[in-house]
Amino acid sequence: MAQYDVIIIGGGPGGYNAAIRAGQLGLKVACVEKRMTLGGTCLNVGCMPSKALLHASELYAAANTDFAKLGIEVTPRLNLPQMMAQKADSVVALTKGIEFLFKKNKADWIKGSGKIVGAGKVEVTAEDGSTTILEARNIVIATGSEPSSLPGVTVDQLRIVDSTGALTLPEVPGHLVVIGAGIIGLELGSVWRRLGAKVTVVEYLDRITPGMDAEVAKTFQRVLTKQGIAFKLGSKVTGAKTTRKGVSLTCEPVAGGAPETIDADYVLLAIGRRPYTDGLGLESVGIQTDRRGFIPTDHFKTTAPGIWATGDVILGPMLAHKAEEDAVACIELIAGKYAHVDYNLVPSVVYTAPEVAWVGKTEEQLKEEGRAYKTGKFPFSANSRAKINHETDGFVKVLADATTDEVLGVHMIGPQVGEMIGEYCVAMAFRAASEDIARTCHPHPTRSEALRQAAMGVEGWTMQA
Amino acid sequence: MADIMTPALGESVTEATVARWAKKAGDAVRKDEILVELETDKVSLEVASPSDGVLSEIAAEEGVTVGPGALLGKITEGAVTAAPKVAAAAKVEPAKPAPAAKAEPILAPSAQRIATENNLTPASISGTGKDGRVTKGDALAALEARAKAPPAAPIVAAPRAIHEREERVKMTRLRQTIARRLKEAQNAAAMLTTFNEVDMSAVMAVRSQYKDVFEKRHGVKLGFMSFFVKAVVHALKQVPEVNAEIDGTDIIFKNHYDISVAVGTEKGLVTPVVRDADLMSLAGVEKEIGALGKKARDGQLALEDLQGGTFTISNGGVYGSLMSTPILNAPQSGILGMHKIQDRAMVVGGQVVIRPMMYLALSYDHRVVDGQGAVTFLVHVKEAIEDPQRLLLDV
Repeated sequence: MAQYDVIIIGGGPGGYNAAIRAGQLGLKVACVEKRMTLGGTCLNVGCMPSKALLHASELYAAANTDFAKLGIEVTPRLNLPQMMAQKADSVVALTKGIEFLFKKNKADWIKGSGKIVGAGKVEVTAEDGSTTILEARNIVIATGSEPSSLPGVTVDQLRIVDSTGALTLPEVPGHLVVIGAGIIGLELGSVWRRLGAKVTVVEYLDRITPGMDAEVAKTFQRVLTKQGIAFKLGSKVTGAKTTRKGVSLTCEPVAGGAPETIDADYVLLAIGRRPYTDGLGLESVGIQTDRRGFIPTDHFKTTAPGIWATGDVILGPMLAHKAEEDAVACIELIAGKYAHVDYNLVPSVVYTAPEVAWVGKTEEQLKEEGRAYKTGKFPFSANSRAKINHETDGFVKVLADATTDEVLGVHMIGPQVGEMIGEYCVAMAFRAASEDIARTCHPHPTRSEALRQAAMGVEGWTMQA
Repeated sequence: MADIMTPALGESVTEATVARWAKKAGDAVRKDEILVELETDKVSLEVASPSDGVLSEIAAEEGVTVGPGALLGKITEGAVTAAPKVAAAAKVEPAKPAPAAKAEPILAPSAQRIATENNLTPASISGTGKDGRVTKGDALAALEARAKAPPAAPIVAAPRAIHEREERVKMTRLRQTIARRLKEAQNAAAMLTTFNEVDMSAVMAVRSQYKDVFEKRHGVKLGFMSFFVKAVVHALKQVPEVNAEIDGTDIIFKNHYDISVAVGTEKGLVTPVVRDADLMSLAGVEKEIGALGKKARDGQLALEDLQGGTFTISNGGVYGSLMSTPILNAPQSGILGMHKIQDRAMVVGGQVVIRPMMYLALSYDHRVVDGQGAVTFLVHVKEAIEDPQRLLLDV
């Protein structure tokens, strides 16, 4: 029986980063992963493959619609199998990268599914059914999440797919119906829209992307609509009937009214994710999940001694980079160091085109808190680089405390803004004032100038709009 | 055991310096015997023993600054004849080690701007940012705190080395106060001085004529000061803004005439107040000035003797000054400078005659008093002195 300092159950962004950090700190660490590859949902069936398709489909769409006005005349032809193959290649390369990092940091990768069978004991069931018991002073649960289900809509991964299935459709749907106007649904909807599908998004709420600043969400919806995505808001899906050739989806207005049937070639169910703790043996150590399935923690400590939890199985935004923050902090706490994660500083990015990115508080949250704030806004239509690149949709909005000028939230929609939000994450971690950004030189011509101009706007001295 | 406490120091006086202990720890003392002398901004005061006993402890050594209610020392009560107990070691605060040199705080760009523009010392701003960095909010808070707090004491330069033929003497608290208040008056007021001259013949004639009978009747010598006090009150009534003070954006006019009279003492100049001078006879004024002057020279002035004057008269003439520009006694708006009486050749009615003349100076706060008012005031004083019957008739 092997004795570890730390055993991590789950090899996703939370798990593998925990393993690497534990290795760095000289802890004897193992990571139990039931997939045949490391990287979890993110690398295998989530962030990474979706970005591969978003990137490829964006270029395809650009070749179709934008190249001509740049003076490039082409008639692109879609080779979907090749697009899928390059995606798979990238994913394989990335998962191999993590294997390398495990070796480099002396973290053991245990293949099989892990189950807690008592304090300090993890039973690993290998693919062939054989079991091993591992022992550790600390166990970190990093089992992540899975797509939520919807009564009446059964995912068969053929005609009715979840986010995993939507990454491997065998053809471009004639009509794809996306249930849920959240980030995953809109990203994957965008992919298939660009490749030629008619896309309809059905959403229960009367707005898209809950949690996103409302002003940004409004602009975002307008831009997506312009790209050909149809929205059916305030609409409740009541059932889905699969036929050989497609799906017949029934829905009705939430506010009441006549039900309606939508015929689709494929349906993507993307209404959110739920913590994944099935078969984990939580009961063996007395851990009870909350009503929604999350494991309650206090600074990553569960109610059971020596058992910790991070990432999507605990409260907080269900994002890979949040899981990574949790993982590092959790391992550092195990190693007796100081660690703290400020969830207010976990940024969110939607990888559509234009992208949406934000960090900190939305205007709605600030209003609810009754906090006095000032706003600075700058449109990309006034940014020289965005204008040159014909990518003028969107804006940057900076929210700062009315008294101290401390930046409280930043909301952006525009070309590749996801690459720029980190600037404000650093600034906010240092409790910067909007003026600090406004007084920091930004390169010209770049889109990042919009961040500075918006910051200037907080105190009313935006110079270029 | 009885505590010796610092007594109430008077209106707007918040601290005193322990000037001198009359007794040592271990000395036997009697009730009401003077134990210790305190100096405040305005006066010296003595603290007497609350009971018979032994001064068992001195808590505030000479030179220490104390506030009202602060412990000065302790008396072990008992018969004086009792063998003095061994004095408890005086409680002296051990010198605090100088704080370890703190690294200059790191300021956010915005905080740097605020600190530089407002002359905030970075080290004085407490940073709440990551690792103690100073955020804009911190700088703004420091700025606001400074605005609310009284102005910081000017940074005192390190004492310079003195030459062997120089002598360094600590300024008394009174001297420090005089220095500070004079400078404050200069900084606050728009101060300027107007001059006139007065023929003293008439007053001198009255004086020589009634000198003896006046002294016999009132028990006090008839001097010039009483004439000037009355002349000033007369003039203040004509030009009330000279008897006013600025308070924020308001002007407070005073309908009482309390004249501060500068008196030189060996410790420095003090300005006791002749109250309600408008209601006094010349004899009353002379008596009051005499009494206050004696108190001042004996160091017996109480705080209330010094407070509340509405106008000041300063007489540099007693030391021989021919002309001067006195500095205001804040928050008052006017001060009259009297000078030496000197026989000068004057032209009167087309004839050159010898007259005992005195130059008069009025320094005034131009924020309150216009030039016309100042000149008019001085002319009224001049006329009253040259023709004292005007005082009698109030014209």
